[in-house]
Amino acid sequence: MNEHQQTLWQFMHEQSDKLFAQTLQHVGLTFISLLFAIAIGLPLGILIARKRKLSGTVLGIAGVLQTVPSIALLGFMIPILGIGAKPAIVALLIYALLPIIRNTYTGIIGINQHVKEAARAMGMSKSQILLKVELPLAMPVILAGIRTATVINVGVATLASFIAAGGLGEFIFGGISLNNTNMILAGAIPAALLAIILDALLSLVQKMDFKKLRKALYVLPVAILILGGFYALPSAYGSSLTAGFTPEFMGRQDGDLGLKSIYGLKIHTIVISDAVMYKAAFSKELDVISGYSTDGRLKAFDLKILRDDKSIFPPYYAAPIVRDEALKQFPQLAETLNLLAGKITDSVMTDLNYRTDYLHQTPERVAKDFLISTGLYKAPKNGHNGVVRIGSKIFGEQYILAEMYSMLIKGNTDYEVSTKTGLGGTKICFDALMNDQIDFYPEYTGTGLLVLLQPDPKIAKEMAHDKDKTYDYVCTEFEKKFKIKWLKPIGFNNSYALMMLQKQSKDLNVNTITDLKNYLDKN
Amino acid sequence: MIQLKEISKKFGDTLAVNKASFKVEEKETLVLLGTSGCGKTTTLKMINRLIEPDAGQVFINGENITNQDPDVLRTGIGYVMQNIGLFPHYTVAENIAVVPKLLKWDKEKIKVRTRELIKKLHLSENSLSMFPHELSGGQQQRVGLARALVTDPSVLLMDEPFGALDNVTRTSIQKEFKGLEELKRKTIVMVTHDVQEAFELADRICLMDKGKIIQIGTPKELLYQPVNDFARKFLAGQRLALEFKVVKIQDIWPYLPKGALQDGKSLSADLNVWDAMELLRSSDRSELLVSGTDKESKAINFEQLIKGFNQFQNAQVHE
Repeated sequence: MNEHQQTLWQFMHEQSDKLFAQTLQHVGLTFISLLFAIAIGLPLGILIARKRKLSGTVLGIAGVLQTVPSIALLGFMIPILGIGAKPAIVALLIYALLPIIRNTYTGIIGINQHVKEAARAMGMSKSQILLKVELPLAMPVILAGIRTATVINVGVATLASFIAAGGLGEFIFGGISLNNTNMILAGAIPAALLAIILDALLSLVQKMDFKKLRKALYVLPVAILILGGFYALPSAYGSSLTAGFTPEFMGRQDGDLGLKSIYGLKIHTIVISDAVMYKAAFSKELDVISGYSTDGRLKAFDLKILRDDKSIFPPYYAAPIVRDEALKQFPQLAETLNLLAGKITDSVMTDLNYRTDYLHQTPERVAKDFLISTGLYKAPKNGHNGVVRIGSKIFGEQYILAEMYSMLIKGNTDYEVSTKTGLGGTKICFDALMNDQIDFYPEYTGTGLLVLLQPDPKIAKEMAHDKDKTYDYVCTEFEKKFKIKWLKPIGFNNSYALMMLQKQSKDLNVNTITDLKNYLDKN
Repeated sequence: MIQLKEISKKFGDTLAVNKASFKVEEKETLVLLGTSGCGKTTTLKMINRLIEPDAGQVFINGENITNQDPDVLRTGIGYVMQNIGLFPHYTVAENIAVVPKLLKWDKEKIKVRTRELIKKLHLSENSLSMFPHELSGGQQQRVGLARALVTDPSVLLMDEPFGALDNVTRTSIQKEFKGLEELKRKTIVMVTHDVQEAFELADRICLMDKGKIIQIGTPKELLYQPVNDFARKFLAGQRLALEFKVVKIQDIWPYLPKGALQDGKSLSADLNVWDAMELLRSSDRSELLVSGTDKESKAINFEQLIKGFNQFQNAQVHE
């Protein structure tokens, strides 16, 4: 436990720059949206206190908005407002609205009628009554609403990182996708502290008597404005280009950390979820994004991969892995599967992925078209000499490969085939193989090394950048440990990659990551 | 001077005020008296347009108030209300300064006037920086009065001004109120349901029932010349006490025996019978020396007082 705490402390210490920036962003997001929520909610609350007939409708709408799940709300915002600060602020302001409107309304209608009548009887105009009597007297209740809204905002603001608006959510969700507890806590603890501290501070303001409250009310808007301004600070130092990286990429040595330490890349970075990243790059909100090198969206959005000239991204070459038992049982299997070896390059795989992911062609058709065009396709022999069981993970590329192998086996051997596609993840696929539920599936060398073998980090680091060494290492180790054989690589490498729009890459003459660094240093 | 001409007000289907007309002379105090729901408060609030009449007109100093901006109209009229209605978030000084600030008085003028008023109303200097909740009910009502008087308006409206006070405080504040020089030069309309209070403070009383004015007259007129059964019954329970208060030594002067000349300080014949009886009770004197308008002095004891009062009463009935 002690050790655990220390490492959390170390993590926070190491990442203190980022932590500080994220905290500032978080506070900023909370208060900018709070400011707007007050600017909208206060007048609305006053309006419905004047025209009570409207109160049901207005409070009803604000109530319904409040019940929309926060992630869904952020999702709705993207088509309208894109990514980044704008949709995040709007979403947060919507959450903050209800408590502010409702408390302004109840605060004003709760004021003693005699006091209001006295104000009228002394000749105060409507606006004077509002400013000098109603608002000051309703202030404790309004402040309670603002306090609730602030605490809600601190919580919801963690989700802003989904749409590249920053904040402590970057650590929390990065930590979740990397399964890094320290990273999660480094985001979650400051977020919780923020909520507690702000709540306590506002409760102090709320409990002040009228004399002190009056002074506090001059300070409060200024304070909110300044705190809201924090949001602008971290992005103030920027670069000429903007990068969007997934939370996972941000935390990996073969990701942002490597880009910084090995290339010395200094680029203004926003954290964004995988789902919206490509669209944002296409609409030029982002200049550089992280992605996978055979992703079909590369083609769909006309992106170019920047060559990893210092090879920080370890190779993820795909090859079928087969149980030794199965190879014995089906003597023709290895030979048949190796028919595909070296046949599919990165760009070919990208194209195939593009056809399934974006043109929505079935994996079967894509596989068949490819085999026919390379002359590998043969009509099924309909043999009955045993059943080969093929597995695949749950994404497009694996489905296509499984189909291809199925067709090759049927056309070249007398074996029958059963496919078990869509096995949840690496762990499930591999367990199925180990437990004799499937005979083989396509795996990637990087995954084999880092996920399945998990060797000493030093050994891993040493060979992770050399594709042949990695392949040799997994071959021998898998044989030794699991009695599983790696057949010949299919040819493509599905690793992490940095991407840029084709046109921009040409315009800036940036083709490698080093080019990118040099460009950024100059501009 | 305030004049109401046939003003009416309906709330839903109920006619709250039905063609009420009266005139309040300059420096006169008119008390609107009646049970709750009789329309007296509604009538009062139509004078400063807190409630707009459905029909009829109100004139203040000859000017029709519907032609005036209601906010400007109200800054010119003092208003004291039952629940005092002080601003809880303002100090006493700030509460008093509300109307002067609306009229854009300079700070020094407000300060001087506030000091002057709190002295007259027996409030302490250090209460100025206090908040209303730190004051007693009686003190709060004094501040409410100060707030209404600060700009020295010629017209003052009072809605059950002592209604929120306990009996002891009420009696003492009423006395002060009566003696206050500032109030003597004002045209005042006051609402109350308390008959004693009405008789104590009114020059004339306007008795109302179900939105209608039943009778307007001096307290004495209401007592001795009630226009109908309602007016008679309204005062019935407290009749004797009221009569003792209304009738003055001067009124029963002819029925008092010509007493022997005595030395000593004589009292004014303006004294009412109630007060005279109280003096005889509380002091160890068995006789009071009173000087009448004819410079004649009479020494009267308790029995003579009661006898004279009874004879006066009989004479009224036979009139």
